[in-house]
Amino acid sequence: MSPAEIRLADLTVSHQRRPAVHHLSGRFAPGSLTAVVGPNGAGKSTLLRALAGLHRPDAGRIEGAAGQVALLPQGTALDRAFPLACRDVVLFGLWAETGAFRVIPRAGLDRAEAALEAVGLGGFARRPVGSLSAGQFQRLLFARLLLQDAPVILLDEPFNALDARTAAELLALVKRWHGEGRTVVAVLHDLDLVRRDFPETLLIARDPIAWGPTGEVLTAPNRLRARMMAEAWAEQAEACAA
Amino acid sequence: MGCLALSVAAPPLGLFLMLRRMSLTADVLAHGILPGVAAGFLLAGLSLPAMAAGGLVAGLLVALGAGALSRATGGREDASLAALYLVALAAGVAMVSLRGGAVELTNLLFGSVLGVDDGALLLMAGAATLTLAGLALAWRPLVLECFDPGFAQAVGARGALWHLGFLALVVLNLLAAFQALGTLMAVGLMMLPAIAARHWSRTLGGMTYAAVGIAALASFGGLLLSFHADLPAGPAVVLCAGLGWAVSVLLGPVDGLAARLLRRRHLSG
Repeated sequence: MSPAEIRLADLTVSHQRRPAVHHLSGRFAPGSLTAVVGPNGAGKSTLLRALAGLHRPDAGRIEGAAGQVALLPQGTALDRAFPLACRDVVLFGLWAETGAFRVIPRAGLDRAEAALEAVGLGGFARRPVGSLSAGQFQRLLFARLLLQDAPVILLDEPFNALDARTAAELLALVKRWHGEGRTVVAVLHDLDLVRRDFPETLLIARDPIAWGPTGEVLTAPNRLRARMMAEAWAEQAEACAA
Repeated sequence: MGCLALSVAAPPLGLFLMLRRMSLTADVLAHGILPGVAAGFLLAGLSLPAMAAGGLVAGLLVALGAGALSRATGGREDASLAALYLVALAAGVAMVSLRGGAVELTNLLFGSVLGVDDGALLLMAGAATLTLAGLALAWRPLVLECFDPGFAQAVGARGALWHLGFLALVVLNLLAAFQALGTLMAVGLMMLPAIAARHWSRTLGGMTYAAVGIAALASFGGLLLSFHADLPAGPAVVLCAGLGWAVSVLLGPVDGLAARLLRRRHLSG
């Protein structure tokens, strides 16, 4: 796995001109494992969507992400009653290799089986998606990430609404990716988990608050500042001069 | 013959529409075709090429317009669609009335099998062939775009493009069907079998076969009914498809009412 670095240069991403990510600069080092932390509405999901190329930046640049990224979106609004088998969903992870038309090679099918096995869904290949629980569905999406085999993996609140065992097993997968030298960025709310398992942290509340080693970022003053900034909301904001 | 061709091609399209929660869109497109067909009728009388060309243009415009309108006005696609199809229906009826009488209007809206000539048959067969080929090619991207549009966008699958092509196929099928079934009833052969098929299978492939089967039966039965009971073809076929749907809801093995009434003991694990 060739390590991938992502650099952000004065990045601003907004919804209807309201910035959700405001003048953010810095880098996700190759092979780093970073937690993105901040209050609700702080722009965490927007940042990840921008990194994945799903949301065009208003200003600034993202370098090194194009074509390298696999994203696990937040609590996906997917139709879980959709008539698809688990294996088919996982196989969509091969899209970069097969595109719309190419035949899925035998090796791809084997990789799909292995990925299902790895997320604890061995034997589920032919089960319809509709029969899965929320936790199993999240495992399925992790299996799809495994098949995408991307150098950069973005996870938006990956452990929400999961029981302890599922969360622990999926966290083990995240650590495995980190061990393989992939660059992993995860939006998280569980600060204990961040302190325990994530070496780097980016704390944002629309504006960046702090970015660096987790111990230095998650200090009481920083967190207080983040909360204050998230609660401020300028009704008559001027166009940003910076 | 023509109806059988359509029975093979249209229901899979209906399935995708249903899975995208766009069941109403087909209805809107069918109404959208009407002003185009009417324009063709105004300019050239009851000529198939003119009406088909008009319908194709109008249908594609509505397909593109509905999507663009809902994006531009911030979601609420259902509301934009409802507005569009009411206007389209009114415009179409008004335009036909300008020149034709009640007979032409009824024929356009509800179809007449006797109006099906060689040209119309060719159009139906051609549309069915094109649709099946298109669906076979686009199956994977369409399924992905239906199931997880966000992921499709992230992996650069050009979901929107596939979707547009898909809508074009829908328009084409509605257009091919209007001669026999009428613009308003053409949707029935597309949507009803698809909705009924949901009760027969849990897999997409199974649903497709079920939908095609139901549609073929409905076409056959509907045309017999139309001939012997002297009903317009469109409503007769759609009523048969509706019967198929009712039977499916009642007796279908997947989420059917009978299956629910005959509650079997839950499994042991």
